[in-house]
Amino acid sequence: MEARKPLLLSLIDGRGAIFLGILTAAAVLVPLLSLVIPANSAFAIPAYLVALFGKYLCYALLAIALDLVWGYCGILSLGHGAFFALGGYAMGMYLMRQIGTRGVYAHPELPDFMVFLNMKELPITWWGFQSFPYAMLMVLLIPGLLAFIFGFLAFRSRVTGVYLSIITQAMTYALLLAFFRNDMGFGGNNGLTDFKDILGFNVQAKETRAALFVASCIALGAGYLIARAVTESKFGKVVIAIRDAESRTRFLGYRVETYKLAVFVLSAMMAGVAGALYVPQVGIINPGEFAPGNSIEAVIWVAVGGRGTLVGAALGAIIVNWGKTFFTGALPEYWLFALGALFVLVTLFLPKGVVGVIEQFKAQRASANKGGTAAAPAAE
Amino acid sequence: MDIAKNSLLYLDGVSVSFDGYKALRGLSLTLAPGEMRAIIGPNGAGKTTMMDIITGKTRPDEGDVLFAGSHDLTKMDEASIAELGIGRKFQKPTVFESHTVDDNILLALKAPRSALATLFGKPSADTRARIDQILETTKLKDHRLRLAADLSHGQKQWLEIGMLLAQDPKLLLVDEPVAGMTDAETAQTAELLREIAIDHSVVVVEHDMSFVRDLGVKVTVLHEGAVLAEGPLDVVSADPRVIEVYLGR
Repeated sequence: MEARKPLLLSLIDGRGAIFLGILTAAAVLVPLLSLVIPANSAFAIPAYLVALFGKYLCYALLAIALDLVWGYCGILSLGHGAFFALGGYAMGMYLMRQIGTRGVYAHPELPDFMVFLNMKELPITWWGFQSFPYAMLMVLLIPGLLAFIFGFLAFRSRVTGVYLSIITQAMTYALLLAFFRNDMGFGGNNGLTDFKDILGFNVQAKETRAALFVASCIALGAGYLIARAVTESKFGKVVIAIRDAESRTRFLGYRVETYKLAVFVLSAMMAGVAGALYVPQVGIINPGEFAPGNSIEAVIWVAVGGRGTLVGAALGAIIVNWGKTFFTGALPEYWLFALGALFVLVTLFLPKGVVGVIEQFKAQRASANKGGTAAAPAAE
Repeated sequence: MDIAKNSLLYLDGVSVSFDGYKALRGLSLTLAPGEMRAIIGPNGAGKTTMMDIITGKTRPDEGDVLFAGSHDLTKMDEASIAELGIGRKFQKPTVFESHTVDDNILLALKAPRSALATLFGKPSADTRARIDQILETTKLKDHRLRLAADLSHGQKQWLEIGMLLAQDPKLLLVDEPVAGMTDAETAQTAELLREIAIDHSVVVVEHDMSFVRDLGVKVTVLHEGAVLAEGPLDVVSADPRVIEVYLGR
């Protein structure tokens, strides 16, 4: 249909170019303003803000992952926080193993909480986590495997709609309860914290924070491009077809459950990566990350930004969390009301989210320029 | 067993009940290769249930359903039956609303259906030409870049028929293709179906008698989940039992 462009360029549309442009600028400017500019300069960014922005980027990646399943495939997962938290735990376990003898009990192999719980040897689940590559593999594999098993059973049995949403909630709640238990061996309700090094660098150092921020930018950009590649392919068209008319797709000969499973697993892995980058930047992972409310909040980000737009999902995550940081500082007791009101208002008045409003505004201006003739509605 | 061997579609003694309600009771029907058949019958006669059974959506309680003499459709799921060569058009036009007309046809075109093939595969060289040809047949060429959601009701029906053509099935099941159409659209649809029937076998379920007359094919009358009469429309409509249950009302 169009002249062949290199694959990567063909994936970047107008919105995507702006998004990736801002992301690149942030990846260059934030470390510069944090490390090079003297700390007393008006432009200097303190280390805590670098970590805060980095956290937003991780949430943005989680939002893109969620948009992939909800916005494109119509699977409303209310348990994506579980995949995020599992990725976070895998990273947390690596960071715990790096503490070594610097812990309170100075045990060369066992993390402090295990010594405290009188455990004599490292549980099998912790084997190998001293190796960074192994831990990174687990960041992808554990959320991916859970999504595979869960999705295989749910999609094969044709569980859809609100029933699926409810069992995803149950899944993350079950994990919350399981991780609270001390005998699970993942630190119980305290979770994993007091991290020292990542790849030999001090996690608290501002250079490390800047590097983690850049890594988050790269992960978000890569996650976006992967999601674009998937949604722009014929596979992506099938996925949208499933969202719009599942049984039609099935009667055309597509195996709907395989497609759903593939998207769900990919999305879970992206959420896992987001969680893994989140943990060293906030310095802790505990079972609270599995709380059902977290997963629901992620759905609100996507709804606010604009479902099925990817860029909108990332934008929504950043806007809402910015608001949360502001609100919980200024009026902490009102944040949940604000969040609830936001969700209701967006659903009622901005069904296509912030990105939808921008598109509508652009379409109106374009048709006004053409002398007021109504333009054909823009695709998507 | 000879009848089964030489037929494209063979249903014998098919029964199914939902919560005690017998939707089909011993339905038997044979369709020869290349044949076009119209199926009529009052509401609740089992027309849509029959389609559900042929396409694998519903499993019969008893009876045989064979395709091309050898494939047992009661043991296959929707996707494998579709790949075998049975296409289905729904009663309510069901197209992919947020895709363009072009993409709707593209998704239906005969091509590998696996997730890996659609993720990494390249479209075959004649894809474009085949889409053009189908849009020509269904008179949707001028609308190819519009979203399916923006099409009129009749256009959506044609798009869905176009998608069936793109699938290139051996057998097309068409459920009430002219429901809600204007007279002009109905006549055009009859013409379109006759064209399709030249090189496909077709089963059409329809209420509209003048449309069935337009098609000019053998008619099967269903009543309470079984075949009541079969033959040319004139013969069937003269049958007193048929008049009693259906045409006379």
